[in-house]
Amino acid sequence: MERPEIDLRSASVARIFDYYLGGAHNFAVDRELADAAAKLMPELPRMMHLHRRFLARAMGHVVEQGVTQFIDLGSGLPTPGGSAEVARRLDPSSRVVHVDIDPAVEAHGKRLLDAADSAVVVGDMCDPDAILDHPETRRLLDFSRPVGLLLVGVLDFVGYDVDLPAIIARYRDRVVPGSHIVLTNFSVDSHDEQYQRTEQLYRDHTIDFHPRSAAEVTDLLAGFELAEPGVVDVSLWRPEAVVEDLDEHPERSAVHVAVGRKP
Amino acid sequence: MTGWTRQDIPRARSAVTEPVAAGMEAFAQSWASAIIGTSYVPMTKAEVVDHLRGLTELLVEALLADTFRTSAAHEVGIRLVEAHFTGTETLDRTVQLMGDELLIELGRDGEPHLRSRIAALQGSLSAGYAQSLRERTLDEQEAIREAVLDARDHAEAALRASEARFRAVFAEAAIGMGISDTDGNILEVNQSLQDMLGYPASELRQRNLRSLMHPADAESVWGFYEQLLHGERDHFRVEKRFNRRDGQAVWTHLTISLVRDDDGQPAYQVAMVEDVTDRHLLQNRLRYQALHDPLTTLPNRALFLERLSKAFDGGSIGPRIGLCYLDLDGFKVINDSLGHDIGDQLLVSVANRLDESVAGDGRLVARMGGDEFVILIEGSTGTQSIVDIADRVLDSLTAPIRIDGHELSVSASIGLVEREVSGTTSADLMRDADITLYWAKADGKSRWALYDPERNAREVARFTLSATMPAALERDEFYVDYQPLVRLEDSKVLGVEALVRWQHPEFGRLAPDRFIELAEETGLIVPLGRWVLRKACQQARRWLEAFGDATPFVSVNLAVRQSRDPALVNDVKSILEEFALPPHLLQLELTESAIMGTADEPLEALRQLSGMGVRIAIDDFGTGYSNLAYLKHLPVHELKIAGSFMEGMRAADGADPVDAKIVSTLVSLAHALGLTVTAEGVETPSQAERLRKIGCDAGQGWLFARPGRPDQIEALF
Repeated sequence: MERPEIDLRSASVARIFDYYLGGAHNFAVDRELADAAAKLMPELPRMMHLHRRFLARAMGHVVEQGVTQFIDLGSGLPTPGGSAEVARRLDPSSRVVHVDIDPAVEAHGKRLLDAADSAVVVGDMCDPDAILDHPETRRLLDFSRPVGLLLVGVLDFVGYDVDLPAIIARYRDRVVPGSHIVLTNFSVDSHDEQYQRTEQLYRDHTIDFHPRSAAEVTDLLAGFELAEPGVVDVSLWRPEAVVEDLDEHPERSAVHVAVGRKP
Repeated sequence: MTGWTRQDIPRARSAVTEPVAAGMEAFAQSWASAIIGTSYVPMTKAEVVDHLRGLTELLVEALLADTFRTSAAHEVGIRLVEAHFTGTETLDRTVQLMGDELLIELGRDGEPHLRSRIAALQGSLSAGYAQSLRERTLDEQEAIREAVLDARDHAEAALRASEARFRAVFAEAAIGMGISDTDGNILEVNQSLQDMLGYPASELRQRNLRSLMHPADAESVWGFYEQLLHGERDHFRVEKRFNRRDGQAVWTHLTISLVRDDDGQPAYQVAMVEDVTDRHLLQNRLRYQALHDPLTTLPNRALFLERLSKAFDGGSIGPRIGLCYLDLDGFKVINDSLGHDIGDQLLVSVANRLDESVAGDGRLVARMGGDEFVILIEGSTGTQSIVDIADRVLDSLTAPIRIDGHELSVSASIGLVEREVSGTTSADLMRDADITLYWAKADGKSRWALYDPERNAREVARFTLSATMPAALERDEFYVDYQPLVRLEDSKVLGVEALVRWQHPEFGRLAPDRFIELAEETGLIVPLGRWVLRKACQQARRWLEAFGDATPFVSVNLAVRQSRDPALVNDVKSILEEFALPPHLLQLELTESAIMGTADEPLEALRQLSGMGVRIAIDDFGTGYSNLAYLKHLPVHELKIAGSFMEGMRAADGADPVDAKIVSTLVSLAHALGLTVTAEGVETPSQAERLRKIGCDAGQGWLFARPGRPDQIEALF
């Protein structure tokens, strides 16, 4: 039997993200690592903001296409600006299944989320069938209708040894046409010294980080029709005024994003 | 849950005049610019401005109220936090902006009592903000801590449940299981294993795996175990016997696996033991049944062949090996006359006697099927040793066997082969024993025969010849030599005897004695004889054309089977016609027995041939039994006196008077019957001279000419 490790002494990606977003769902160990990383790459907290903002814009687009049920893979803690909140604001009848490998996300989510329109599944996004066939997933979502697959801020933590294109293809094959995918992946120049040190820092805390090129990200989206403007930097995907205000150095955001539709 | 959703903020309309409204709007805009980016709020800038506009109204209302109260500012601080303006710089910039710009924007900059009110509002806002942030932080901390603890409790509960399940599986499994440390000391055993071995757990826990070694264990078992101990092997599976506490044996399938720790170092050994004793016993019984004859309980053919091939695969006891192949004489008669039941009981008795008389190390008595038995002697010491055994076997069968009141005498024939293992094969051994058994039968039964390679070679050659003869006839491997029959008076060649030869591609030139008998056995003599007859007539025709009246007749031997062939007369007639050969130029030679022993039909054939003008001669006259009285009624023209009579007429003086007298009498007899006489086997001039004196008409033999090709013979015409 698989036994997820619960250790208060090690940092968690979900809690670090929360900290970068100004939340207090985190521990000293998370804040220490987050502060150390932010010292090396000062734009990290801002990148988290950008992710959240992109999530909101992308979900807005997807809901406009008539999709109101989502699977948020690697959801993290359902804190402000999270997919559940965004979805509910866009369409009160929306439903969101949160998937995270961190069991604390489930425990936390159960306290915060309304069971009628959301669910939390502990699982590995790399096992599509286990996720899609999970009783909670089946309970909440109607697979005869299109689904929005959210992979925001999660692929960065999926190793190169995993056959990611096959996994995404599996998700794609199991949802009906009209379903959408929303995807982000860091594109940091791996030769950048600051990046290397940050990556090493994460690795020292057993968190591996995997940036991907635009070509690789495009490959992941095989079989999807990309929404305009295709695979672009996060700051360039249908930006809103508020983003422009925040974004003083778009060249340093360095996150590939895209939204695709299964034809 | 999330504080940022806009809420309607009650407005005190009385205090809001046109310039005040403009000032509030300007302040809200500045405020938004100042704090956007200090915190993450999931709002667009317009939404932020909207939110702050409401808060500004609250602040301004309190600032301008007749009765000054700071509670609204406290509320604003709370609402900032609720909207997730929780960044460290947010409060700083807000307080600073209130002090620097609010009164200026409202156009009330010069009023000291308002400045002190601002300070009070700043304080109250900060207090509300701090209180709210503290509460929020504590709530979130509490929430995440509880979530993590819940998750951990959940995982631990799952782990405990899982452990309990595994313990139940271990304890209740029908298969025996045990765990030992890396030294093999047994730590835990389940109930099944205790039951299987008959030891309580407390006793097994005192023991080491090695103490369960069984003397019958294959070496590989403990070899594998050593490899496992050294971490060179992760598991192995063997069939192994254990001794129960009560001494009984338990056959098991044993699987031992190595369990490694996180660092890959051996940590435990896990043994799984399946009791297969019943299956093992069944297998043994099935194997016994498969390898033994159910009637006699002797080993059967399969077991015999297994042992035989093992002996040839390096498992032989000694350098030599012997085989007795035994078959009862006349068993079929007993079976047919007394019934199979008696026959079966007889086989059982014979099997017992065989087993008793030859039992011993390295000897296997097996029933091959029917009434055939075989005795395999591994490590035999020579021909005599196996002959002794055969004698003992024949001896053991001499006493009659009593079955159901019948006194049955049985005998057996035995083929014996004894030789070195190297240089032969099991198949050779079997085949030679089988052949030798046949010899023993052919030589008269109730005896043994010893394999004789020369006899075998002869028989093989005979067999080969007889098998290849039909093809040889088609391929023209036969040819005909001729030997003259010479008139003694003037040495004129009267006739020539056609003698068939076989130019065998493998064995070279073969004389008739090598193959005529075989041809008679197989019946090929008829077509072969016809072929010779045709060849001889063809040759006679050539000679007739060359020599005219001087042409001698050709004398062709007729085998017994030919003489009885109904087609004989027609064959001769058509051949003569084919070559337009006058019948008097053909003579057919028959032996005494062929003519004398014949019934009417062949005799009729001879009469017809004779009637056609064909000459008939009796070959080898004097060696068979002739009815001399009958002779005069036969259609015969000539007698050929056997060469054996010439022996006594060899020397000029020392001639055997008896032989000479016989020949003389035969010649007189023949002449009395109006027959001519040819003496065969004439080798010396003195023999020829004596024969001439006796009155013999012609001679044949080396003195005149050896058999030769037609062109060699022609010279004598």
